[in-house]
Amino acid sequence: MKKIVVLAKQVPDTANVTGDAMKPDGTVNRAALPAIFNPEDLNALEMGLTIGEKLGFEVHVVTMGPPKAVEILKHALYMGADRVWLISDRRFAAADTLATSYVLAKAVEKLGDVQMVLAGRQAIDGDTAQVGPQVAEKIDFNQVTYVTELKEINSGHVVVERDGETRSETIRTGFPVLLTVTAEANTPRFANAARMLQFFRAGLESDFQEENLGDAKANNWIVPTWTLDDMGLDPARCGLNGSPTKVHKIKSITLKGTDLQLFNRDKTGIQEMVRNIVKDYVEVER
Amino acid sequence: MKTAVFVEKNPLTNRLRDVSMELAWKAHSLMAEHSGEVVGLFVGDQLPEDTERLFQYGMDRLIQFTSSELNHLHSTAFKHILKAMIEAEEPDFVLFGATHTGRDVAPLVASAMKTGLTADCTQLYVDDFKDSGKILYQVRPAFGGNILATIVTPEHRPIMSTVREGVMLLPEKGLDRKPNITTFDATVQPEWIRSKFLSTVAKVSTINFQAANTVVAGGAGVGSRDNFKLVFDLAHALGAEVGASRAAVDFGFVDKERQIGQTGSVVRPKLYIACGISGSVQHRAGMEDSAKIVAINTDPQAPIFGIAHMGIVGDMKEVIPTMIKYLKEEAQ
Ligand SMILES: Cc1cc2nc3c(=O)[nH]c(=O)nc-3n(C[C@H](O)[C@H](O)[C@H](O)COP(=O)(O)OP(=O)(O)OC[C@H]3O[C@@H](n4cnc5c(N)ncnc54)[C@H](O)[C@@H]3O)c2cc1C
Ligand SMILES: Nc1ncnc2c1ncn2[C@@H]1O[C@H](COP(=O)(O)O)[C@@H](O)[C@H]1O
Repeated sequence: MKKIVVLAKQVPDTANVTGDAMKPDGTVNRAALPAIFNPEDLNALEMGLTIGEKLGFEVHVVTMGPPKAVEILKHALYMGADRVWLISDRRFAAADTLATSYVLAKAVEKLGDVQMVLAGRQAIDGDTAQVGPQVAEKIDFNQVTYVTELKEINSGHVVVERDGETRSETIRTGFPVLLTVTAEANTPRFANAARMLQFFRAGLESDFQEENLGDAKANNWIVPTWTLDDMGLDPARCGLNGSPTKVHKIKSITLKGTDLQLFNRDKTGIQEMVRNIVKDYVEVER
Repeated sequence: MKTAVFVEKNPLTNRLRDVSMELAWKAHSLMAEHSGEVVGLFVGDQLPEDTERLFQYGMDRLIQFTSSELNHLHSTAFKHILKAMIEAEEPDFVLFGATHTGRDVAPLVASAMKTGLTADCTQLYVDDFKDSGKILYQVRPAFGGNILATIVTPEHRPIMSTVREGVMLLPEKGLDRKPNITTFDATVQPEWIRSKFLSTVAKVSTINFQAANTVVAGGAGVGSRDNFKLVFDLAHALGAEVGASRAAVDFGFVDKERQIGQTGSVVRPKLYIACGISGSVQHRAGMEDSAKIVAINTDPQAPIFGIAHMGIVGDMKEVIPTMIKYLKEEAQ
């Protein structure tokens, strides 16, 4: 059956970084941050579900991450994904975009008969926007990045709008294609109550007791996991080993500190500040 | 040593993007220390009309491939041709603008060449690294801007980075240099053209942060779209451009194109006035290099005061009208 693959990542909620999320040595304490579905990957999934419904393609969601990332896969099931896959192995840890895209590209190939891959524009932890295009390059798909609107779908092609920064572009592309989707493109649907009831017990095989496994299998509750060996990958291209870029040094951002001159909020204070501003920096409109 | 710079134009004006000149100048200063060369790589339908400006900003040589088929961003074709150019030139470093074109094409080239690519670098410098000789140290904000990471690519060449527009500076005056342009030999394969561009519409932006000496920006503390008029009024009185924090944009007080910060524009005016902006790391990433920063905020603990030079702890709704009144008086 023809497939759409949505690439989704579980990310720390970097928008809500609080004091205790930073360790004293300036590194990030990931454990102190809630883990969420990368926001723009929800837009990618929404687009995948829309296209899947229209064309009768199966929607598969793939994530590479630690076992805990099964949480976002369950959410994808609640939203309507047909199948979900966890790609997980200790040897995938500390992957940069090149190593990540190698693993994800192999997963797409392993699924077979994939017509379309959808990724979020970027992940909020790294903000690189590189993984989508690098997957497209490895599987030799056409790509359209920065998709802001899905305008037309039919069995032969899609028409999308792309934010070209200085221009917006209306682009028609056939299959296979990889799109990276922005937050503007749609409003992700909520979890569906019936599907939540159906899948709230879904999890990894290791989450189930021996005696419940039969039940879990019968109900499609088991989220399949692929390891490096299951996928026949080259360990030299995975994780830290397969990553050309290395983190050399990390520094937390501290305020520079200036000699702040505070003025009173009364008329005299404001007038004084305005005089200071005008004196040095401004060409006042006359 | 050699640094290659991806040269990009705005296809609708057929003029260079500023970031291409900024990167040429940055590469020039990096290469000057190591008697290296700066080569530009251009792929497109026709050379930008102001190509000679690249040389004023330190480029030594431009390699160009033009074809009428490449009037749009055909990513696969760009990838193949850029890769061939890089293989022919063997630069140590390759710099791309972190524009929507650069961020589309650079990852493809890095993937095809199996090398590292570091996005949105804010500082670049060349230094020794263990046994790898001279490499490029790439500093970038990470983790939603909460940390600064220095990234190295010790064992792969070329070392590739993207840099956002406005992050690297241009000198007041460029060099007096003659263009040196060579043509690259390539053929566009039909299977490289995979998208059909049905239409393109220019995004008309009246905002020009680069040209503005002063930027007046408003944040969530402004409170409403109505109140935001005060920010515009103050900007008008100062001949300034209007900016905003992401919170102000998210609340719908102003359009997204006014957003300043890590995911908006990077500005460096002589004067930056922040009204009702707390000063998150992500916002500071786009404005903290302004020469003078003025903060108006009701909260004396707001981080913005940590980088401000002048400030008033007070309600912007009361402070701004009084400021405007005195500005007009000063102007008399
Ligand atoms: C990946 C990522 C990228 C981001 N990119 C950006 C970016 O590019 N740009 C950006 O700005 N943000 C960005 N953010 C968001 C950023 O983290 C902050 O949420 C945002 O900058 C806060 O905006 P603010 O200062 O206007 O709002 P707040 O933090 O809510 O601050 C409002 C301030 O107004 C003050 N105030 C309230 N009432 C008044 C009044 N009447 N008069 C005066 N002061 C008043 C308050 O004391 C407070 O300090 C990003 C976040 C993430 C995670
Ligand atoms: N580990 C991962 N697993 C699945 N998808 C990923 C992963 N990392 C990145 N992606 C996809 O690639 C997009 C861009 O990520 P990034 O290049 O990290 O900004 C994300 O929005 C996801 O769609």
